[in-house]
Amino acid sequence: MTATTMNPAATGQGVAVVFDDLHRWYGPVHALQGLSIDIAPGELIALLGPSGCGKTTALRALGGLDELDDGRILVGGKDITGVPTNKRNMGIVFQAYSLFPNMTARDNVAYGLRLRGMDKKARTRKAEETLEMVGLAVQANRYPHQMSGGQQQRIALARALAIEPSVLLLDEPLSALDAKVRRQLREEIRRIQIMVGITTLFVTHDQEEALAMGDRVGVMSAGRLEQIAPPAELYERPQTRFVAEFVGLTNRIPARTDGTDVEVLGRRIPLLPGASDRGAVQALVRPENVRVTPGENGSGRVLAVSFLGSLCRAQVALPDETIVVAQMAASESTGLHPGVAVDLAVAPAPVFVVAS
Amino acid sequence: MSGSVNTQMGAAAPEGGALLAKPPRGRRSRRASRRQRFVRYLILILVVGYLIAPLFASLEFATRGDFDRTTKTYGRTLDAFAAILSYPNLVESIIVTLQIAALTVVGMLLLLVPTMVWTVVRVPRMRRVVEFLCLLPLAIPAIVIVVGIAPIYRWLGQNLGAVGASPLTLTLINIILVLPYSYRALDSDLRGLDTATLADAARSLGAGWPRTIFQVIVPNIRGGILSSSVLAIALVLGEFTISSLLSFNTVQVVINLVGQRDAYVAVAVSLAALVFAFVLLFAISRFAPGAGSRTQRAVEEPAA
Repeated sequence: MTATTMNPAATGQGVAVVFDDLHRWYGPVHALQGLSIDIAPGELIALLGPSGCGKTTALRALGGLDELDDGRILVGGKDITGVPTNKRNMGIVFQAYSLFPNMTARDNVAYGLRLRGMDKKARTRKAEETLEMVGLAVQANRYPHQMSGGQQQRIALARALAIEPSVLLLDEPLSALDAKVRRQLREEIRRIQIMVGITTLFVTHDQEEALAMGDRVGVMSAGRLEQIAPPAELYERPQTRFVAEFVGLTNRIPARTDGTDVEVLGRRIPLLPGASDRGAVQALVRPENVRVTPGENGSGRVLAVSFLGSLCRAQVALPDETIVVAQMAASESTGLHPGVAVDLAVAPAPVFVVAS
Repeated sequence: MSGSVNTQMGAAAPEGGALLAKPPRGRRSRRASRRQRFVRYLILILVVGYLIAPLFASLEFATRGDFDRTTKTYGRTLDAFAAILSYPNLVESIIVTLQIAALTVVGMLLLLVPTMVWTVVRVPRMRRVVEFLCLLPLAIPAIVIVVGIAPIYRWLGQNLGAVGASPLTLTLINIILVLPYSYRALDSDLRGLDTATLADAARSLGAGWPRTIFQVIVPNIRGGILSSSVLAIALVLGEFTISSLLSFNTVQVVINLVGQRDAYVAVAVSLAALVFAFVLLFAISRFAPGAGSRTQRAVEEPAA
């Protein structure tokens, strides 16, 4: 394919992105093992997974920063697999602070426009508009070393958006920030992404971030896409053992299954598809699906209670020494103290099971 | 419970205050402190003396006038310094040496900066190899380099006419000689910068490699470029062995020749060259763009 600059999604209409059977080897390591994802125009896909699962490799391949050994990437229907980075028109925000230290915030944002031959007056106006969008117009004359980490990442976002990219790529842009700023900025990124309507690929290892921001969340493990689904579906109906264990907190409670239902703590509940084990298994039950009731004859004993603001989490030991974590509203935790005997029950939500 | 903690802290306070008070200083500790100060000053005086004494002796020698038998002292004159200009070879050699220094700096930067940036960004596993190659001239004696490179200079002289025979061709070997020092200066700046991420960011915004290097990377390693240039100039201004063995008349070679005829002028030239080099390097390091560096301050996140 010839190297041509792609038309940006200047109208606010995102473009579709297709990963078609991507493969990438680093020596003996198969970092991408046939990754295929269809991203709808304007959609924000969060790629979630542990370190080394291939999520950043996929993002870098889309940005042209890393080469593929096999497979195709289509953006807006065009095959861009062989197009060099500087011709792809992708806006990228990196994990590390990547503002050019020798340029002010305004010059950083205007740099991509300067490369596109926009005259100085027009690019300054555009840069200031974009800085306004991220709420940092007053910082326009500051250098990166005069700004906080959160401000630098906002400027980096403005710089990526100023060129009206076809796709926005976010490579763990919040991981260097403290928790409070991270939460603020993720909401801001999501607000701007919806406002601009740009197709976005967001890579993170933070489940909360992925579930909070993604229209769909793709969970990756060892170069493979385990499951891609809307956050609620991913959380409630994991399709693989890895997803069930990786996403959210999970209890492993001894149970028995016949392949259709599973009996956990004396209650029969539906089994999620994807689990092939029979007989004695371990059910993967979310803490919020465990009900705890204080009772003198209860089979469990409370080990510890953690107050989490509006929520409360209790650790309960079963007679077989299995430790179960239950999560409830703080107002429902009255009477739960270490040493108290409790009854445990499981909500009738479908669960995933794994071999004992 | 907290009450008991407070009580304990209150009770502990006077003792803590006593611990913070200065211990009484005995006569012995005062004597030790005086001795330490004396040793410190002595070391300082010795080091400064070691550096200054030869310069002072040179100045004293180069400014000697006629010997007065009655007072048994020398008169003072600047004749030796004035005589520098009367040696045409000397002035010419100074100009040539400065040209070689300038060409060496340009050549070194053109060779090293793109190579090092490319290595860091694209082939980081080659970093060790590049470092090894750049440090190699430190390990090879000058005479070995000359023996190895002499046939090339002979070929240049025979086949490229005046250009090949020009002392400016020393630039080629000087670029090699300055590599270890210049590499170190540039490397420390590149390590302090997240070069790979900056390059990725520039390229994602539409910059090709030349723009990435010259508009984004180079302005951020100006300190390293300046340091490597200063080191290169200093090395070229002081290089004697190779120029002499290859029979090129650089300033150091000519100073040596003049010294065989007129020791006063030779010492005057050496001093003048030293002062000139010092002023030049000071001016470059003080006033050249990029002499100051931007460092990341700890800027707090603004309140929401």
